[in-house]
Amino acid sequence: MERERFEPKIIGFFCNWCSYRAADGAGTARIKHSPNVRVVRLMCSGRVDPTFVLKALSLGADGVLIAGCHPGECHYIEQNYKTVRRYEMLKQTLRQFGISERRVRLVWASAAEATQLAAAIDEIVEDVRTLGPLNWQSNLAEPNHLDEVERILHEHAEAMEVAR
Amino acid sequence: MSEGEKPKLAIYWAASCGGCEISILALNEKILDVAGAFDIVFCPCIMDTKARDIERMEDNAIDVCLFNGAIRTGEQEYMARLLRQKSKTLVAFGSCAQEGCIPGLANLTNREEIFRTCYLENASTDNPKRTLPQTEAAVNGFHLSLPVFYDTVQTLGQTVKVDYSLPGCPPEAPRIWDALVAIMGGKLPPPSSVIGAETTVCDECPRKRGEKKIKEFKRVWEVIPDDETCLLEQGIVCCGPATRTGCGARCLQVNSPCIGCYGPNEGVEDFGARLMTALASVIDETEPEKIEQVIRDGIPDPVGTFYRFCLPHSLLRRTARVPDEARHELPRPGATGVKE
Repeated sequence: MERERFEPKIIGFFCNWCSYRAADGAGTARIKHSPNVRVVRLMCSGRVDPTFVLKALSLGADGVLIAGCHPGECHYIEQNYKTVRRYEMLKQTLRQFGISERRVRLVWASAAEATQLAAAIDEIVEDVRTLGPLNWQSNLAEPNHLDEVERILHEHAEAMEVAR
Repeated sequence: MSEGEKPKLAIYWAASCGGCEISILALNEKILDVAGAFDIVFCPCIMDTKARDIERMEDNAIDVCLFNGAIRTGEQEYMARLLRQKSKTLVAFGSCAQEGCIPGLANLTNREEIFRTCYLENASTDNPKRTLPQTEAAVNGFHLSLPVFYDTVQTLGQTVKVDYSLPGCPPEAPRIWDALVAIMGGKLPPPSSVIGAETTVCDECPRKRGEKKIKEFKRVWEVIPDDETCLLEQGIVCCGPATRTGCGARCLQVNSPCIGCYGPNEGVEDFGARLMTALASVIDETEPEKIEQVIRDGIPDPVGTFYRFCLPHSLLRRTARVPDEARHELPRPGATGVKE
């Protein structure tokens, strides 16, 4: 068995006005952070529909990082309060699905907080690395179900012979 | 189909309750028109027909198959594949076939847990030998078999290609009639679509809607709601904002919230996510701790509330086989994960 370090895939949903600029700032200032977060830029963290998060997790992401402006500083006045509410609701739902809240995080980063954002990225990457791969599709496997269909086909064929 | 011959109709049930058949009977006297227009070749609920009657048919011999029920066992998958092969048009009929419905809530657990509860632990179960269902057994020299019970309930569409879906738990009789008329008249929507309305229950709801701001969610037994105002505004979890209409907002007319039996509205990919979006936005709190409290107190069973009729059809489809919490308790190779 080849032992290598597990590199988590994290999908980032960053708001255009604060956190995406913080990420840009981290780049300009050459702040080092883990390269595991694939960032999707949205106009506002309030645009993050729980569908996005569920889709990311179901399609192979190991974690999701949502980043927005600090409460009270939203470009769209109060949309990030909706983000908090949806996040809390999603978190409790995910818990019931068996997905740790450590995989899905919400952080605030203003345009000036490049260092803080880089630290938050490192933190979720290390935390998810500890949790291990999510590999959601493996939950859906139903091994040998086609053999079973085949078996019933043969049984019915035999029964038809008898019936004749 | 040769000239003068009636189109062939098959009606089958898999993991379902029989309510869809009852709904077909609720067509009342129009059921005679259905019998007049179609030659019903297969319907185990009302006729003595066998799988071998279907097996002997040519491929595509059945014109329309209304398939209700989810796929939970090998036998159901076999029948789904068989009927797909023999039918020109396969309709996922009702919520179980379309999205898994109540049988799909079994995806909160797994085969082992279900067997343990049903055959060993239920208070009313008397099973001193602790016998569990087996797929193969020899009895008096005869070989007997039972179909495999799957770990995960699937929708019909996840098992075979489905031509149309008719939503509802069960589909309302007038909608069934509309669909049959459309099929008979060749006036069907584009393939793979849902035959039904394209708007939400809220649009048909007669209640007054204002700005929604709530401090707590209430369970239905905790309060007698006033019968004019939107139930969500009164703090009652109502699935109307995410649910496709087709029912005429019937529950709302008797002071009862929508529970989502008509499935996701057009364009909704994940019913639960849409509902979370709608419900979370009305909470009148800004502090994470308070928000969490409101949700924990008011919605103790989020998956059962948001995915009551659609868990197998959702993006995640089931709960994790090994939850993160349990996984975290397992011994780990150092602080880093191991990839094979």
